[in-house]
Amino acid sequence: MAGAREIRTKIKSVANTRKVTRALEMVSASKIRKAQDLMKASRPYARLMRQVIGHIAHANVEFQHPFLVERKDVKRVGYVIVSTDRGLCGGLNSNMFRKLLGEIRGWQDKGVEVDVVCIGQKATQFFRRLKVNMLGSVTHLGEKPQIAQLIGVIKVVLDAYTDGRIDRLHLAYNDFVNTMTQKATVDTLLPLPPSPELATTHAWDYIYEPDAATVLEHVLTRYIESLVYQSVLENLASEHAARMVAMKSASDNATKAIGSLTLVYNKARQAAITQEISEIVGGAAAV
Amino acid sequence: MSTIRCDIVSAEEEIFHGQAQMVIATGEMGELGIAPRHAPLITRLKPGQVRVQLENGEEQFFYVSGGILEVQPQVVTVLADTAIRARDLDEAAARTAKDEAERALANRTDALEVAQAQAQLAQAMAQLQALERLRRSLKH
Repeated sequence: MAGAREIRTKIKSVANTRKVTRALEMVSASKIRKAQDLMKASRPYARLMRQVIGHIAHANVEFQHPFLVERKDVKRVGYVIVSTDRGLCGGLNSNMFRKLLGEIRGWQDKGVEVDVVCIGQKATQFFRRLKVNMLGSVTHLGEKPQIAQLIGVIKVVLDAYTDGRIDRLHLAYNDFVNTMTQKATVDTLLPLPPSPELATTHAWDYIYEPDAATVLEHVLTRYIESLVYQSVLENLASEHAARMVAMKSASDNATKAIGSLTLVYNKARQAAITQEISEIVGGAAAV
Repeated sequence: MSTIRCDIVSAEEEIFHGQAQMVIATGEMGELGIAPRHAPLITRLKPGQVRVQLENGEEQFFYVSGGILEVQPQVVTVLADTAIRARDLDEAAARTAKDEAERALANRTDALEVAQAQAQLAQAMAQLQALERLRRSLKH
């Protein structure tokens, strides 16, 4: 019965693993809801902000903010990379990193240098091993990220852009499509791509206090911050969804493994019993 | 009695929306009272209260730590900051982010070429896919 005992220990250990994956799955399932609520709550801000920018940009055609102007000669690009802090979420981070590496390689082949800013432990760990310049990093944002936690990293890249140290800025994150699908996405942050709202015509202008340039600068900075903040929330929802799916399949696999191990165990037990009986019978026959 | 729609939102949540008789806020250039059909106006807000006089004469108070006030004849929008913002505070936050990056870079063993990393990732992905395939074939 030595083999049978080993198998029983194995079954127990798989069952324990299943307990952990089940628990993780359920935790993630409940956290998705909260993350989605956060995502929804942050949407009106970005929408209203886009309207305001549209109005200002249209009312002041003569005034061009650097954030809105495309630079012809691109020598350096920046990436804001949003990742998770923890693993066990399937291929969520690696899928995005792979997409990013493709892009970074494309830039490097053209002789353009790449700067990165990392949000989340996974991106920081991954990109610190690369030959790219890391401008800033922030980790451990928690379950309810706040915009205050992101001000620092955003300021670093925006300053770099204003000073001309980078000529383009991209934002990489996992877009939450639904619980089953998360899409690794790379968006352009700067120069701000013209949105449909920017194209609408307005026959009026604001009264500015103190003046248009100051207000526009302020609004644009806040807008970029809200975009990054939103992508952090999207990524958070994606993280929980991906983890839930990964843990669900892990639990299923554990159940299957337990099934086949039980089968092996029963066979071993049966074999032992059969052997014992035949030994007894053989012994009796000898007497 | 005419009213004006008032939206107060921050990046993190929707704080208030509804009809108001008057909205009073502290702009950068001074206190502002916005009544219905006010001319379009946009200003930065100072940290302080935003007072909303509701239709039934009741008043609601909201504290904002800065932000933007946008006025159109029928709508007042307050884009509130949740965090306290000041130039030197922002600088400090930026410095922390830079330090964090430097700390992360300090204990890197050796810089990896992008191509190498790509190969490593591809390997990991292939392993994942193989596992997935194995799992599927076990199912049948």
